[in-house]
Amino acid sequence: MAVARTRCVAILGVTGHVIEVEADISNGLPGMHLIGLLDTALNEARDRVRSAVINSRYGWPDSRITVSLFPASLPKRGSQFDLAIAVSLMGAAGAVPIERVAEPFFLGELGLDGRLRPVRGILPAVAAAVEAGARRVVVPAANAAEAALVPGVTVIPARDLRELVEWLRHGDLDRPPTWGAEPAGPGAAAPAGPGGSGVPEGAAGSVGPARPAGPDEGGPLPDLRDVAGQPMARKALEVCAAGGHNLWMLGPPGTGKTMLAERLPTLLPPLPLDHALEVTAIHSIAGALPAGRPLLTRAPFVSPHHTATVAAVVGGGSSAPRPGAVSLAHRGVLFMDEAPEFATTVLDSLRQPLESGTVTVSRAAGTVTFPARFMLVLAANPCPCAQASEPASACRCTPTARRRYMARLSGPLLDRIDVKVTVARSSRRELLADRRFAEPSEVVAERVLLARERAAKRLSATPWRANSELPTGALHGDLRPPPAAMKPLTACLDSGSLSARGLDRVLRVAWTLTDLSGKDHPEVTETSAALAMWLGAGL
Amino acid sequence: MAAKDELGRTGEQVAVEFLRARGMQILDRNWRCREGEIDVVARDGRALVMVEVKTRSGRTHGTALEAVSRAKLARLHVLAGRWLAAGGRGRFEAVRFDVVALERFGGRFSIRHVRGVV
Repeated sequence: MAVARTRCVAILGVTGHVIEVEADISNGLPGMHLIGLLDTALNEARDRVRSAVINSRYGWPDSRITVSLFPASLPKRGSQFDLAIAVSLMGAAGAVPIERVAEPFFLGELGLDGRLRPVRGILPAVAAAVEAGARRVVVPAANAAEAALVPGVTVIPARDLRELVEWLRHGDLDRPPTWGAEPAGPGAAAPAGPGGSGVPEGAAGSVGPARPAGPDEGGPLPDLRDVAGQPMARKALEVCAAGGHNLWMLGPPGTGKTMLAERLPTLLPPLPLDHALEVTAIHSIAGALPAGRPLLTRAPFVSPHHTATVAAVVGGGSSAPRPGAVSLAHRGVLFMDEAPEFATTVLDSLRQPLESGTVTVSRAAGTVTFPARFMLVLAANPCPCAQASEPASACRCTPTARRRYMARLSGPLLDRIDVKVTVARSSRRELLADRRFAEPSEVVAERVLLARERAAKRLSATPWRANSELPTGALHGDLRPPPAAMKPLTACLDSGSLSARGLDRVLRVAWTLTDLSGKDHPEVTETSAALAMWLGAGL
Repeated sequence: MAAKDELGRTGEQVAVEFLRARGMQILDRNWRCREGEIDVVARDGRALVMVEVKTRSGRTHGTALEAVSRAKLARLHVLAGRWLAAGGRGRFEAVRFDVVALERFGGRFSIRHVRGVV
């Protein structure tokens, strides 16, 4: 008859909150009372925990059990509290020493037979636990590799309740048990340096045997060389990859817009470790983490269907908000094929994340801000019948219909697109001629990486990494191109064909072109090329 | 008499002896009315105690204590009022509800007495 206390983590949005779990066993009729603002899945923990304890061949206390989750005001959902509830309860019942369950964090869902099942959001949960001063975190064995990505903590993988309880009773707390997957020792704590390019190999190596082996991650990839006949679009894609710019492709069907967009991830460098952890955390919460790949090292590519709702794109859910497509595309690419077919509300809801890099969703369970810094790639047909540029079969759409179709992409949205490119149908001769010049993704990716490194070096003293993140102040301060290079831009500004915001966009692209060509600062070639890309006339 | 009724009667007899040994005065046994039956009515100092006795022949179907449901206790509340209205003997300062749970292991009983269940 005692009170036992342990700790767990609740996920709200992408942040973990430490939850204290208290169990009290006192005189009274047998029954288990769970309190502390729980949802249905958590209320069912009562039955799961009971079966798991009994089937692990431990006695179920024949008296009144009260389990309370603090802070009571925080809404709690999901099943990751099962293990903490079971362990605190067994501590209160005297089955395990109370002081040994008090320090570690316990995360995991229990099966009826006492088996520990993997849960979502382990990475942010363990990160929150470490922030709260945890030294040991017990996680389901299936989540161990993901949990080990967090430095500075001993991850204790457990396969079932009985194994864990025996270890808590007799094992050495400083030496994690040897069962299950190999736990990450203190070695994982060492290299946390955000080395500019790619994932530091040292950090990746210590994570465990389940690490993905570089290029074969996720199977074979498409190659940029496949898109013949579209040299300008390929160049635009390269510029966008190098600077993180948004791209709009306009053209009739069958010209390779979708193919081009799908090849954008092959041009992007692997994510640096801190970005990779951000991306992995979001995917972990969404339950979209592929099995056997604890760390996502490649920029994500998300392509929602055009019937997607606002909630699916920006995030939402019936009670507690979950990340949407824009957050899953964080640090990667959000591709909207057939952009005018999307609901206009969906398209306009992209304006906030495009501007701020975050998206704020409000639901009954609270307001949550998800990260959403992505490259937007839009593809569109010129009109509903999509025959506009075909001289043989003329377009059947009335001018009004065409205007209405394009008007679905609102001005403010298009204003945020840095590079606009028209993808025209190419003749057989053009296709054949271009095949010789089409470069494979590898070659282009190398140029992109070099350009990104140049930009990162120039911006090393600032919080920005890519040219697309440059604020107005910097563009007109230290980073203003020489007057000669500004000439074509000021002319357009005077004539009214370029807005002030448009000027900033053009300058950002001009810097990316400069990085690609290896110059020190933009010259008139770069600024006029960037202007042409902004205006949509191609290179 | 069926085996389970036999067990129940034996259990109640054991419970009564147990309560007496604890210094309680038994006022009534198996008091019935239309709403149901009170197993034991007893006096413990100045309190009136309504006792529910539950006997089981083992633990294969859960413990005896678990088998006392909320509904059963709610019924006991109603019955307490009926018993008092029927001319309860003496004056009491409080009414308490107890559960005595018996489990038979071999020929012997294990007893748990929970006082003041809600």
